[in-house]
Amino acid sequence: MNLKHLISMRDLSRADIHQILDTASSFKDVLKRDIKKVPALRGKTVVNLFYEPSTRTRTSFEIAEKRLSTDVVNFAVSSSSVTKGESLFDTIKNIEAYGVDFVVVRHASSGVPNFIAEHMDVSVINAGDGMNEHPTQALLDAFTIRDHKGSFEGLEVAIVGDIIHSRVARSDMIGLLMLGSQVRFVGPPTLLPPQPPPGVRMYYSLEEGLTGVDVIIMLRIQMERMNKSFFPTTADYFSHWGLTKERLARARKDAIVMHPGPMNRGIEISSDVADGPQNVILQQVTNGLAVRMSVLYHLSGGEYHA
Amino acid sequence: MPKKLYIQNGHIVDPSQNLDGPGDILVEDGTIVSVDVSSAKSRTKARPAPGEAHVFDAAGMYVVPGFIDMHVHLREPGFEHKETIETGTKAAVKGGFTSVCCMPNTSPVNDSHVVTGFILNRAAETAVCRVFPIGSITKGQRGEELAEIGCMHDAGCVGFSDDGKTVMNSLIMRRALEYAKAFGSILISHAEDSVLAEDGVMNEGSASAHFGLRGIPAAAEEVIVARDIILAQMTGGKVHIAHVSAKGSVELIRRAKKDGVNITAETCPHYFTLTDMAVAGFNTAARVNPPLRSDEDVAAMKAGLADGTIDAIATDHAPHHRDDKLVEFDKAMSGISGLETALALSLQLVRDGVLTMSQLIAAMSCAPARILGLPLGTLSAGAPADVTVFDPKPCWTVDSQQLISKGRNTPFHGMTVQGLPVMTIVGGNIAYSL
Amino acid sequence: MAKELLNKKDIERVLSRIAYEIIEKNKGTENVCLVGIQRGGVHLARRIAEKIKIVEHADVPVGSLDISLYRDDLSLRRDHPVVRKTDIPFDSNGRKVVLIDDVLFTGRSIRAAMDALMDYGRPACIQLAVLIDRGHRELPIRADYVGKNIPTAKKEKIDVQLQEDGFQDCVQLVKAKE
Repeated sequence: MNLKHLISMRDLSRADIHQILDTASSFKDVLKRDIKKVPALRGKTVVNLFYEPSTRTRTSFEIAEKRLSTDVVNFAVSSSSVTKGESLFDTIKNIEAYGVDFVVVRHASSGVPNFIAEHMDVSVINAGDGMNEHPTQALLDAFTIRDHKGSFEGLEVAIVGDIIHSRVARSDMIGLLMLGSQVRFVGPPTLLPPQPPPGVRMYYSLEEGLTGVDVIIMLRIQMERMNKSFFPTTADYFSHWGLTKERLARARKDAIVMHPGPMNRGIEISSDVADGPQNVILQQVTNGLAVRMSVLYHLSGGEYHA
Repeated sequence: MPKKLYIQNGHIVDPSQNLDGPGDILVEDGTIVSVDVSSAKSRTKARPAPGEAHVFDAAGMYVVPGFIDMHVHLREPGFEHKETIETGTKAAVKGGFTSVCCMPNTSPVNDSHVVTGFILNRAAETAVCRVFPIGSITKGQRGEELAEIGCMHDAGCVGFSDDGKTVMNSLIMRRALEYAKAFGSILISHAEDSVLAEDGVMNEGSASAHFGLRGIPAAAEEVIVARDIILAQMTGGKVHIAHVSAKGSVELIRRAKKDGVNITAETCPHYFTLTDMAVAGFNTAARVNPPLRSDEDVAAMKAGLADGTIDAIATDHAPHHRDDKLVEFDKAMSGISGLETALALSLQLVRDGVLTMSQLIAAMSCAPARILGLPLGTLSAGAPADVTVFDPKPCWTVDSQQLISKGRNTPFHGMTVQGLPVMTIVGGNIAYSL
Repeated sequence: MAKELLNKKDIERVLSRIAYEIIEKNKGTENVCLVGIQRGGVHLARRIAEKIKIVEHADVPVGSLDISLYRDDLSLRRDHPVVRKTDIPFDSNGRKVVLIDDVLFTGRSIRAAMDALMDYGRPACIQLAVLIDRGHRELPIRADYVGKNIPTAKKEKIDVQLQEDGFQDCVQLVKAKE
């Protein structure tokens, strides 16, 4: 694998994805040791450049980076420095002057990781850009699915909720289609694309959408969507698209339930499902560490071919 | 310096007189004296004596009425770092334009005769082509109260528009259409329902889904086009739809024209040349409002130009500073610096058989003159000598850094195009020559 | 151009001798464990453990170690090596660990292996067994048990093929291409 950046799942081939997941398995073993740190990326510096508040993803990246012995700098962009008016271009040129090796970036605008990769000589890892992509989430989801299902071929995966605004849904879709799974989008028409993307089936009915699926990926419903009339009330949403025990029964018996977190209990998922035996949400968190370590490891290559 | 200018052996195309063939033109004192498309032999006799006139041999070139761009942003006053009347008009004549109409979204907004006067004074001092201001429809382009349409008309505004924004209040739009009738003025509608467009940054469709960018549906344009057609019909006012980009708009305008509504329309070279896939790589140079649309829409622009539904080609020349585009896609300013690439891109329509040369010249010169009521867009004897000479053959590669305009924001950078203005004559003076 | 250095029989004999030497040096097998370095070392470790069992009737625990994450050339290599399984199924604290590798060359892999091993615990001692010692050390590292010393030119390659990977057992010297 000869990759400098991970910006989109489209940057990866099917073989690349499997290699990242294989390596992540080894890292998962490292995470079980007493000494959880390896010297692989000693002397490298990572800047976590988070323009959007994110505790989970940032913490996951930070732990992964530290486990690999990198020097970690958190460049939290406070609202004050935005109001000071420094442009993104000037900010990244400043960071470049520090001589860093990786930038992990989260930004509310789609395309910002591409912008950084274009104007800065570093490896860029996309930790979520606008409604575009969140490739490490897709990889950890794939890792979790492979852990439980063994392979991807022919699996039926339903992604449920706010599809159009979700970078997780987009990266999951790209990755899972590449890996040979069947993808369904389920949600209210206001939160689904007007046309299904190639290879995806869409359902307005959660009951129909869940029938016979192997994997359910629930997405977080954001309250601001309600204020913009994407749905009338959370109660109306939950009564039609909330994942309950009864609706979960439509899926295959061994189906797993995933969620990128943080969950809204009583809005997109009921508590009995959130705490139920089929949910693998905490495994996703641990797998996220291993997958992010694997991504950093594979992107940290030097100049010559061994 | 001889006062006369004689352009000989060019291919003259003047749709206003149905001229299309080789011939000579004699210009004197800023006015066209004669156009002669008779046989080469008989023309020799009319040729001025040596030394009497500056003679230009236009063999292999087209000689046409000077192009009129009814939609440009010259940015002065207020945004002189993006463009000035001087740099903008220099870009215009390099592109073959002899007249430009400048939109009112300056700072301050051209919403009073004082600003109109300032623009015309600056133009008199610095412009190298004719400048016709467009006044705003509402004060400060805020869409709330009518601007001084009458006084601005008297001061020299040739039309009114809140370009950059839509007059969302239908009652204000109705009143403006009615009020402007008193002065025979046309309203130029920037058609985009800002609520429906929400915070979109590109066309809504499979491309926006692919790139993960928020979309603006074509319907945002179409509903305002439909509204303005209805209001024009109701009031008897004159409406011109600016920068048409959507297939549905073309269909609405086509039907309205059939129904006898007083409506005209323009589109821009980027809307018949590029699709929304030009946004690939989050290229902010391709961010423009209305947004670049789909293949179907591109085809509809061509069909609309071919059957006359769309009257004119304008550039919507919208120069921006590098800093306005070197940002997140969501934050990038909309607009394309278009004056210097318009002719070559438009000539492609002739090469592709979409338009005849005569239709193209009509769209770039005669139609804008007709729509705005300007005594231009013709090579007839006695008319002001606004003449464009261009060579349709040379291929060249667009280099944003070579643009005369201060705005280097072009999505055509690196594209090889064909056709080049050779000489631009404004009021008998050579304003540009290659 | 490949020249055979050891055939199947030779390898068996060499491994038998190393097994005896390990038993001898450690006065039996108490507290001894074997850790093979991925990939060739892991196969050799298992074979040596079998031979020890035949002689001493005792099971010596065997682990495997991947050293990719401890290499000192990671930041130079463009394609990072696949990280294989590290499996140390016993507590290495206080144990006598015999590291096993197929070829000892610069010594850098052994340095990495020792660092990796230390992250799993604090062994009483670390010994080193290799099938081939080809010279050209770049670090002060010496093997306790050597199958065969083979002087080589730096550009030459030693190719160890083992039946666990689907080959006929053999060790070859591959001449450098001119």
